[in-house]
Amino acid sequence: MLESTQLLAKQTQRMSTDSRQLQGAPALEIKTSTFSVPVLVLASNDLAAISQQLQQTVEKAPDFFTHSPVVLDVLALNNNRLPIDLKNLCDIIRDAGMLPIGLRGGNEAQNAIALKLAIPNYSMHHPVGIEPAKAKAVDAKPATGAVPSVKLHTLPVRSGQRIYSEGDLIILAPISAGAEVIAEGNIHIYSTLRGRALAGVPDNAEARIFCSDLQAELVSIAGNYQVSSNFTAPKGKPVQIYLHEQSLIIKDI
Amino acid sequence: MARIIVVTSGKGGVGKTTTSAAIAMGLAKKGHKTAVIDFDVGLRNLDLIMGCERRVIYDFINVINGEASLNQALIRDKNCNQLYILPASQTRDKDALSQEGVGKVLEDLSKDFQYIICDSPAGIEKGAQLAMYYADDAFVVTNPEVSSVRDSDRMLGILSSKSRRAETNQEPIKEYLLLTRYSPERVKLKEMLSVDDVQEILSLHLLGVIPESKSVLNASNSGLPVILDEKSDAGQAYMDVVARYLGEECPHRFIDEKKGLFGKLFGSR
Repeated sequence: MLESTQLLAKQTQRMSTDSRQLQGAPALEIKTSTFSVPVLVLASNDLAAISQQLQQTVEKAPDFFTHSPVVLDVLALNNNRLPIDLKNLCDIIRDAGMLPIGLRGGNEAQNAIALKLAIPNYSMHHPVGIEPAKAKAVDAKPATGAVPSVKLHTLPVRSGQRIYSEGDLIILAPISAGAEVIAEGNIHIYSTLRGRALAGVPDNAEARIFCSDLQAELVSIAGNYQVSSNFTAPKGKPVQIYLHEQSLIIKDI
Repeated sequence: MARIIVVTSGKGGVGKTTTSAAIAMGLAKKGHKTAVIDFDVGLRNLDLIMGCERRVIYDFINVINGEASLNQALIRDKNCNQLYILPASQTRDKDALSQEGVGKVLEDLSKDFQYIICDSPAGIEKGAQLAMYYADDAFVVTNPEVSSVRDSDRMLGILSSKSRRAETNQEPIKEYLLLTRYSPERVKLKEMLSVDDVQEILSLHLLGVIPESKSVLNASNSGLPVILDEKSDAGQAYMDVVARYLGEECPHRFIDEKKGLFGKLFGSR
């Protein structure tokens, strides 16, 4: 199921040619870049169900998903010992208009199949199958319907720091210019926001940002952002920010 | 055990070395055995400010590499016998520093000294990170202007995440703000950020404000830490900083504009 479009820091090698070759410059250089790529986190090995849900998801936002690269995450399947037919799965994904470019959380056999299909392997922090005891412990927890955690941060968020919460984020100290606070849920800031706040990533349009003093560089909800030059609200007053028909509303509380 | 203090800022030219020299001399003058280490390998300056450049034989890197003992490299200050200087190497670069090497030197110094001042290089790269890695306290030196404040803010982020205390889940480094090159006249003209502006952005405990002063450059040129110039406002401000750090109550000075003779006579504002 397309559970969420996760941010995946993926390092790829990019090659670029250089026309100044004649002057003795190298013909190419290999650089490292970081990209955001959607991750398809699979919770079931039922290909028919996957196909149906994928088509529905793509129909909702065809611009976003058509020709989009996607990384397959099969860790949950392997933890639950559900086998998956990778070749057919890739065909289904391609039929839906997306392009599989990687496999994550696969076991040795799956990694080998993926490589035959010209799909690179990405490692998880915890390799599959090495710690069966740990995997069982994960099984014991309810896999679905887990309450997203609320993260509380009490220290100032300094320039260059990043705070991420899978649920709501509560911050009790100032957020400096050049810092980023990111949450999949709401963001509550009981201090001054001078950096960036991104709530409802990637696509939770219901998320809101609450802030007791808005001096932000940028605020964003579910990918809809506004920069400070467009803010209308006065500094020093508590505000809330929410999404209404694709536009950000900044309103006094 | 010694208390390890890092003097850091992120930005260059804000007064880290001047502050390191002054604080080290101040602590030593109060009777605490103090060592000050120059971490700016390749751009050695502390020895000039301390006036011992002609006495450098062995340096910090020699000690790290085991080519000299600590006692051979430490230079005793000519004004205060409680103060020792460990100079940086001028012919090497920051890659010559290693985490283990720095840790070993600090550990050895800790046995003999009460305070160890680490004079950090500018930037947030290896030299600056190693200078602050083992610190217990951090003096964040900031000028009242936006780029210095932002760089200090970045440095504070690194202090709270990449130090030994952070990595081993100990009590975090104690951070203090030192506002240097402060000019109340220019603050009044809105050419400079005020103490309140800087504190609002950095939300940090203010240890002291050092006024912009000709005596600082004079002191550097003559190789005497400015704190020894007891008549100068900057020297007095550093003495206040040392006293406050050691826990004495000491009201802040040099934040408001100096009153002229007429102002003093008539008490006008």
